[in-house]
Amino acid sequence: MQLFVNIVVLASIYALIACGYVLIYRVSRVLNLAHGELMMLGAYAVLATASLFSGHPVMALGAAIVLSLVVGVLVYVFLMRKMTGEMVLAAILTTVALGILIRGFVVLVWSAQQQYPAQALGISNPSLTLPGGAHISLWSAALVGTTVAVYAALFFFLRFGRWGMRMRAAGQNPLLAAQRGINLHGVYALAWSLSTLTGALAGILLALDSGLTATMPVIGLKAFPAALVGGLDSLVGALAGALIVAAAEVLLIYYVDPLLSDVVPFLVLLAMLVFRPWGLFGTREELDRV
Amino acid sequence: MFRPLPRASGYFRTDYADELALIQTRGERVSLAIFIVVLTALPLIASPFLLDLACQVFLAAIGALSLMLLTGYAGQISLGHAGLIAAGAFTTGILAREINAPFWITLPASALTGVVLGLIFGLPSLRLRGLYLAVSTLALHFIVIYLGGEYETKRGFSTGIMVDKPAIAGFALNDGRIWYFILLAFAAATLLICINLLRSRSGRAWRALHAKETVAEALGISVARYKLLAFVVSSAMTTVAGCLFAYYRGFVSIEAFDLFLSIQYVAMIIIGGMGSLLGALLGAAFVTVFPYAIESLLKLLPNVQSLAGDIFAVNYASFGVVMILFLIFEPQGLVGIWRRVQDYFLLWPFKQKPLAGARK
Repeated sequence: MQLFVNIVVLASIYALIACGYVLIYRVSRVLNLAHGELMMLGAYAVLATASLFSGHPVMALGAAIVLSLVVGVLVYVFLMRKMTGEMVLAAILTTVALGILIRGFVVLVWSAQQQYPAQALGISNPSLTLPGGAHISLWSAALVGTTVAVYAALFFFLRFGRWGMRMRAAGQNPLLAAQRGINLHGVYALAWSLSTLTGALAGILLALDSGLTATMPVIGLKAFPAALVGGLDSLVGALAGALIVAAAEVLLIYYVDPLLSDVVPFLVLLAMLVFRPWGLFGTREELDRV
Repeated sequence: MFRPLPRASGYFRTDYADELALIQTRGERVSLAIFIVVLTALPLIASPFLLDLACQVFLAAIGALSLMLLTGYAGQISLGHAGLIAAGAFTTGILAREINAPFWITLPASALTGVVLGLIFGLPSLRLRGLYLAVSTLALHFIVIYLGGEYETKRGFSTGIMVDKPAIAGFALNDGRIWYFILLAFAAATLLICINLLRSRSGRAWRALHAKETVAEALGISVARYKLLAFVVSSAMTTVAGCLFAYYRGFVSIEAFDLFLSIQYVAMIIIGGMGSLLGALLGAAFVTVFPYAIESLLKLLPNVQSLAGDIFAVNYASFGVVMILFLIFEPQGLVGIWRRVQDYFLLWPFKQKPLAGARK
């Protein structure tokens, strides 16, 4: 039972992070390797806002989330916009460079020591007992809930929302979308901000649950296989991929070797690339377009 | 496509040997001679610190040249270069530790590891392109690092493996100057191999692959064979660099081969300039010297003490900034700048190149 709960929690962590990769890739065909760092930046933003709004945890969290939205837009406007139409490699490397920059910046501002935003906000993290005798911490439960809510919201937004429809159109055929009067830069900026937002949510909740160090991007990178296994342009796929990767990781750690934790997602990824590179739910034509 | 301006006038090739010669004009001969003299004289006057820096540049140059072969010429993206260096270093470390192998066994063994790993890294490239290939090499990087870490913990070398300096005829090579010349020789050999590979059949095949796979296949180039060849050659050279790294440092640990190292190598070829061996060398020098330059710049600033603990972070951040600046403003890299400077002097007193096909 505990094993099952662990899988669900890890899967929702991966899913929440993976949807950031999917959003950006689906709309602009850019692989954002700085996603883990942007996620960490969101979590550190809580530290900053916590001292600003001391005593108002809700306001501090809200401010951090708004901040991450702004960061997403800024990243697009000042950086990724310049990379439109460049080589795939150049765009990926720009995000990698951005990631390095953010890492250095974070260590410079907040130091490399472990921090506890939950303490800074003055909230506790009680352990809940589920029926069946399994334990789950409050913030892990919140994370599972957030993942469900984010996915539901994204699904409705993309399916029925006006801007959601524009995003899908831009992803399918940017030229045609632009011809029909869709503001491509607006759509891309929106995708970046939404992606940073979901990443920051994941980062904040993870930090509230288990503290915060500058090694958080590793988790972000480990979530990438989840996005790819499901198919880089499919939200449903990201959910399924997250479940598969999380289940493989938890089970292998439990039954084989704890050291495997860092490689399991990548093993799953390699297996997927060998048999079905476009992922479980991805579109097949993707492969040639890259 | 970049077209070089003629560098010398009054020089005509009269037989096929002239066409094939690497050094063709007197200007080139003179500058090469000066370059060699400077490189040979450097260890006699340089401080140990400068010597170490030069050695690091040579090591990085071997890695960057091999990555340039793979990415810059054959067009196969690899984000797992650090994994290959780690593989070479670990092969050397393990062999030296477990069976006390001398360097003339570990060096070929490392190269062999490189060949095998090149095949493994290259296999996905037969099905995958671009982004997906980059991701698969990234995954392989993590797997190689994991295997290294597993060995370290299982054998109880949790902090790393010590590697003794190699000895030739009972004479241990532990002088910095000797290492300078060894690494210089290896870097020069790598450069020569790369130059010759690129102007022969394989190099032409790689360029064709890079330009358009379908056309290359239609021209009778075996795509699978040359892709794998690119991976194998590049990774064998990289693992040799790893082997030299292990001996030079005398210490192998997985911490030295994190993802950041892979990114540094990719940065070398981007900053140096894609599709140019000179670019690989310039990039290797730039990226290796960069952190030291930042450090000495920081020392010039007032209240250094407050920043002393954060030098690592400053390095990180400024490296990111420089990489972004190059990607956005100078996609041709250092070589692009070099060529512009060259053109400026060649064209002087004019500013623009003559249009292609323009009548005199």
